[in-house]
Amino acid sequence: MAAALIINLLALGFFGYSLSKSKEKSYQTLKIAFSKGISLAPWMIAIIVFIGVLLSFVPPEVIQEYLGGEMSLVQVTLAALVGTVSMIPNLVSIPLAGSLLESGASYTPIAAFLTTLTMVGFVTLPLEIKELGKKITLWRNLLAFMFAIIIALLMGVLM
Amino acid sequence: MKKNMLQNEKTNVKNNIKNKFKTLILFLIITTGVLFILQSIFPERSQIGHRAMLDYGLEVIYIFPAVLVLMGLAEVWIPADRVKDYLGKESGFKGVLLSLFLGTLPTGPLFIAFPIAGEMLRKKASIANVVVFLGAWASLKMPQIGVEIQFLGIDFTFYRVILTFVSVIFIAFLTQNMVERKDNKILI
Repeated sequence: MAAALIINLLALGFFGYSLSKSKEKSYQTLKIAFSKGISLAPWMIAIIVFIGVLLSFVPPEVIQEYLGGEMSLVQVTLAALVGTVSMIPNLVSIPLAGSLLESGASYTPIAAFLTTLTMVGFVTLPLEIKELGKKITLWRNLLAFMFAIIIALLMGVLM
Repeated sequence: MKKNMLQNEKTNVKNNIKNKFKTLILFLIITTGVLFILQSIFPERSQIGHRAMLDYGLEVIYIFPAVLVLMGLAEVWIPADRVKDYLGKESGFKGVLLSLFLGTLPTGPLFIAFPIAGEMLRKKASIANVVVFLGAWASLKMPQIGVEIQFLGIDFTFYRVILTFVSVIFIAFLTQNMVERKDNKILI
């Protein structure tokens, strides 16, 4: 929640400064923010609802099964795929990863999972394509997936 | 004549917002319906889902308005050619650093960053810098790193952050390269 506080204070501070400089421009700022907010809100709602439905059917316990197992390239790729399709808040996924490591999972699949979880987004693809276009979105996600596996393999060597 | 045109434009903008609002309401009704149906078919399955939706929903409610205001401020106060100067193709090392910094600001999940990234792109920031921004936002955030040290240990976190940092730079420039190459030859 500290993050939310900081970003809100930042927005408030800048907006106050803007208000002191030009009332008209500040009014325009709010108008832009409002119209953007209304057109983006359905996307946000869709993503959140989809995450909810997805997590109901693929709960963390199922994910856990895919991340244990022994170390192999197949296993790492699987872990990366699980991270790609699921969307779990950091505050849930990181402790989950910690408990898996404690119960003997290897570092490699955990690193793959954590990396694709944040960097590659399956649920959010439509929004990303809408904002950045197909080409950037596809390449960014594909490359991020590949690098997640490279990161994971190197983590296995380093740890 | 001129006044008339201005009036027209104003009603246009108003209609536009009205339409968007209608879409939003329709959307809310449909999603509530779908959730209600799922809930009645699979009552015990939806517990975890509810929790996650609540978590993400609250995060978006706390953070998104602030992000929208910051985007509005950026649009009104920062001229497009400034963005190009600071984050465009000729911005070089400084552009990458600035994108990294913007990405690590404490905010929420990655999907909030997409509209910002889209805006950067439309104002002629380079593809590489936009992807660096997204990469940093996704996995190099201060609060996240704190939690990670706590649960996964400092060694794990340290190596992961270094490797991710290097990867983000690679991903960014490779993405830019591939997209621009594809522009001239085969289209996906």
